[in-house]
Amino acid sequence: MNVLWRLITRRLIFSLYTLLAVAIFVFIAAEILPGDAAQAMLGQAATQETVDALRRELGLDRSAFERFFIWIGNLLQGNFGLSYSTRTPVIDQMALRLPATLLLGGVVTLVAVPLSVVLGLVCAVMPGSMIDRIINTTALCLVSIPDFLMATLLVVLFAVTLNWLPAISQMNNGMSAGEIARALALPTITLTFLVFAPMVRMTRNAIINVLSSPSIEMAMLKGVPRRRIIIHHALPNALGPIVNVISINLAYLLSGVIIVEYIFAYPGVAKFMVDGVSSRNLPVVQICALFFCAVYIAMNLLADIIAMLANPRLRHPK
Amino acid sequence: MMIMIPDGTNAAGGGPISNEKASEPGAHGDANLLMLAPKKPVWKRIPNFGLLGWLGIAILCFWSFLALFGPLIAPHGESEIIDGSLSFSELGEGGFLGLDYLGRDILSRVVYGTRTTLGLALAATAIAFLVGGSLGIIVVIIGGLLEDVASRLVDGIVAFPAIMLALVVVSAVGSSLSALVLTVGLIEAARVYRIARALAQDVMSMDFVEISLARGESRIWVMWHEVMPNALIPLSTDLGLRFTYSILLLSGLSFLGLGVQPPYADWGVMVRENLLGLTFAPHSVLIPALAIYSVTLAVNFLVDWNLARGNRDISNELVK
Repeated sequence: MNVLWRLITRRLIFSLYTLLAVAIFVFIAAEILPGDAAQAMLGQAATQETVDALRRELGLDRSAFERFFIWIGNLLQGNFGLSYSTRTPVIDQMALRLPATLLLGGVVTLVAVPLSVVLGLVCAVMPGSMIDRIINTTALCLVSIPDFLMATLLVVLFAVTLNWLPAISQMNNGMSAGEIARALALPTITLTFLVFAPMVRMTRNAIINVLSSPSIEMAMLKGVPRRRIIIHHALPNALGPIVNVISINLAYLLSGVIIVEYIFAYPGVAKFMVDGVSSRNLPVVQICALFFCAVYIAMNLLADIIAMLANPRLRHPK
Repeated sequence: MMIMIPDGTNAAGGGPISNEKASEPGAHGDANLLMLAPKKPVWKRIPNFGLLGWLGIAILCFWSFLALFGPLIAPHGESEIIDGSLSFSELGEGGFLGLDYLGRDILSRVVYGTRTTLGLALAATAIAFLVGGSLGIIVVIIGGLLEDVASRLVDGIVAFPAIMLALVVVSAVGSSLSALVLTVGLIEAARVYRIARALAQDVMSMDFVEISLARGESRIWVMWHEVMPNALIPLSTDLGLRFTYSILLLSGLSFLGLGVQPPYADWGVMVRENLLGLTFAPHSVLIPALAIYSVTLAVNFLVDWNLARGNRDISNELVK
């Protein structure tokens, strides 16, 4: 376990560097965004005096260098700043958006991960069979599909032609569980199809790789039933790469689903960030950027920890 | 990680690398045998792409033809309004594929869009490989602090979802065609950099590099004569995937309104423009979207075939 703790602390320190790099990068990118938050908030009709007053109030009159260090200082105290548009802490607004993103990401994970691992196992048990080839080719076809095509196809099919499901997924307070499920259905199906392919193929190939190892041959010679070999001998050894590809896709689900959120008008974090970019709302952009980066790092770390726990050779290095 | 060179590479065309390096220990063990085999006639040396591979080649040939000769074939101009009162007309009404939201011929716009969509993606891929590939290799050759700093910076870029990063950058620098190509190219370059660096590191740890350095070759010589030839072929297998990602990223940006700007005919722009008609004229949205899909699918069929030759799988390469 010592090795594990050392890995985690080392990775956490490294991730702080990466977060800092992202913070600097986003700050610079936001600096060169044309336009000005104060001007954007007050509109074109505002007089120069009101704009200047607002700029002073937001601290925009200071130099970029000064603002950067003020921002980093606040960040270290857990203060993410106030949104330029609503004057409320961005962390509160984030807290409103986060549940929607986590809900969608969680539901997709619950559907997609078991489905793809099971299908991958089926393929691995019967490599080269008709089922294997069908699943494999389907996965290849699904992975190439642009997200907006998948989403619009499903809307045309289920919302327009069949009229079964709502075309947009607005979330309100006080929706019943059934309503939430109906609202989530189309985005969930879209995202499941999008993330399913790499997971299926990775599961299949990782298992097939392990199946050719001497330990599995030994188990076969001992007469262990095939199903038991797959579940108890092959799967734990193939877990590393499988968990890795799952974690990459989870990070994508929590941060990169802007097109799906846009089409279904879903109030998630990605849309929050895009709105922040278009209204030059720097604190919003910054908190979202840090969130995405943290998600990516956390998912990678999680994958490495699980891979280590599953693999005794990594757990006890010589 | 070992460098993996797809098995058929030597058979399908030889190339200067395998001949030159055949005597190097460990690099290409099977190259000697292949060179002894009698030369087959050209048509027999065309590899068997399989059903899906040939389908992919056919689709790509079709679109390349349209990209080259499209303006000669297209029945109408790129943004010529045929009949404003017939906007969102049905298939066959006003034009073979109907008219779009402004009453422009969808068929002509798809044909013109081929050039924009594929051209931009090709340019972005080229930038990604030139910048990412050369930086990844140079950084390994120089090593030291530079390698660490560059790699941490690239980690920061990769930790950010590509589409979100592209959105931020494009809203900062604007949506001119050159800005789009550069943005997407550099974002993809970060991914190429990682692969190139890993490949170059593998080559640098090989015995023949150690021998070259020991016999007093300069690091630049080693880069040109040992690292580049051995890293380029495995790196090129990534070309197809980067191309599909560039197409998806560019059309995603266009779809969100930050990519190619109207009145240019770009497939992503066409999807966005006609989104209002999704409920009553779905073909106006689905046709350009399917055009994008056909290209990414065709490229992925070939990538899958190519990786399968080297006993690799596409799932290892897929990082959204």
